[in-house]
Amino acid sequence: MTAVSLTPVEPVYATTGTLDRTAPAAVRLERVTKVFGSDGQRPPPVLEEINLRVEPGEFVCLLGASGCGKSTLLNLVAGLEQPTAGTIEVTGGQPALMFQEPALFPWLTAGQNIDLALKLRGVGRSDRRSRVEELLGLVHLAGAYNKRPHQLSGGMRQRVALARSLAQDGDVLLMDEPFAALDAITRDVLHDELVRVWRETGKSVLFVTHNVREAARLGQRVVLMSSRPGRFVRQWVVDIKGERRIESRGVAELAVEITEDLRREIRRHG
Amino acid sequence: MADTNIVTTAEDVRSLEAGLDALETKYVVRTGPWLRIRRSVLPPIVTFLLFLGVWEIVYRLELKPPYALPSPADTWLQIQDLFASGLAQAALWGSLQHAFVGFAASIVIGTVLGVLMARVRVVRAGLGPFVSGLQVLPSVAWVPAAIIWFGLSDAAIYAVVLLGAVPSIANGLLAGIDHVPPLYYRVGHVLGARGLTAVRLVVLPAAFPGYLAGLKQGWAFSWRSLMAAELIAHSPEIGPGLGFLLDQGRELNDMAWVFAGILLILAVGLAVELLVFAPLERRVLQQRGLSGADR
Repeated sequence: MTAVSLTPVEPVYATTGTLDRTAPAAVRLERVTKVFGSDGQRPPPVLEEINLRVEPGEFVCLLGASGCGKSTLLNLVAGLEQPTAGTIEVTGGQPALMFQEPALFPWLTAGQNIDLALKLRGVGRSDRRSRVEELLGLVHLAGAYNKRPHQLSGGMRQRVALARSLAQDGDVLLMDEPFAALDAITRDVLHDELVRVWRETGKSVLFVTHNVREAARLGQRVVLMSSRPGRFVRQWVVDIKGERRIESRGVAELAVEITEDLRREIRRHG
Repeated sequence: MADTNIVTTAEDVRSLEAGLDALETKYVVRTGPWLRIRRSVLPPIVTFLLFLGVWEIVYRLELKPPYALPSPADTWLQIQDLFASGLAQAALWGSLQHAFVGFAASIVIGTVLGVLMARVRVVRAGLGPFVSGLQVLPSVAWVPAAIIWFGLSDAAIYAVVLLGAVPSIANGLLAGIDHVPPLYYRVGHVLGARGLTAVRLVVLPAAFPGYLAGLKQGWAFSWRSLMAAELIAHSPEIGPGLGFLLDQGRELNDMAWVFAGILLILAVGLAVELLVFAPLERRVLQQRGLSGADR
């Protein structure tokens, strides 16, 4: 019994002009190209003609080998870098961005780190304390307000970082391999946690990973990228019935299929 | 075993996380205050007593005549005399006033200069080498120039102190900012911190350990510069000071007085280091979980 519905689509980069330009998307990239370096000597583009729509409340995983420009793509959406060509639209405010490192500020406590995000959004002091407690509760860290980042385990730090991202109140959550540095047990639990938080908050998630199973475990949609130049190769709409786990049969089967394509992509560079 | 049978409730996740958190929590063994005092205060006291012992032995061997090398006891009596006459208090008070005003001004100027050098490329390229150069130049070299420009006045004293301390503070802050992980800038940007807000809430706190090292060195330099200036420049406007006190001892050819002056200057420098900078440094290291916090 396969509970997977695989929907291979035409290479996404070929869909120029077919995007619906009227309906509001959470994130919309149109013909986005990114080239690093000056005009004199231009290396091949990192990203080439990328088109992407993330619907409001959708969970999309971007999957690719090293050097496919996944992180660059997130930086572009986050506004940390500017595209060389093409347009990027994000609705619902500045998107939050989580990294592989928790990137908590060590001079602040866990609670103060979350508080800073609220403060920079202009939330008044009186409302902040209760909101921080609420967010800490959401990631199951009630009572950790006064803990210093170095006193927390890797998984706890990443949950504080997640709470900080949620404090930003943008509608879009960008995640750049946020669980790659964690041990497998913690990672599994945080997958459950992320899916739960995503359902509770209704955020749109754009999740970058090089872990095929992770993508199959989490995404409603998995987009495979090629490397040098980074392009979208293929996407899967994941439709696994029931609860998903990293060890679920549906996840495993989808992972096998995606891995085949991923390896084919990598071989082209050999 | 069908996948559909798996159900993970919020409570499951919560209890799992609680278990993992408990397993991964490190037991922190804090050093008690007594142990820390025994470890950090006892060794320097022993060293000091040994030093006094060697001094006493050299004195008894009469390698130098007593007027050139007084005994520890003579020096101690001299210090008591200086306090009894009120000379020591006046000198301490005068020097500390100059030191704190000069150091406070140095902090303001050094901090602005450091931030400008870190954030504005032209300022760094233009001023960087000169600021580093000033750090190498002993600030006592400025004393003659300061006296010619400002006369025997407070202004001359402050000029020398500033020239001694500002470069250290600016360079310390610059080094601190240079060592801020680029990730912090990106986080700050994503959180919405731009311009001066980013400097205040992200850059300066992140650079604080380096800044603190700069302040510490800046204090040492400003204290040294002040003593050098006081030793050379005295006037009614400048008033009493430890450097002046030391110079009076030289004029009287009283070696016990000279030793007393040196010891007082040393004591103030040490007191500021132990009472201000050491606790501040320990707190910063401890907060950030950096090594060396338990020294």
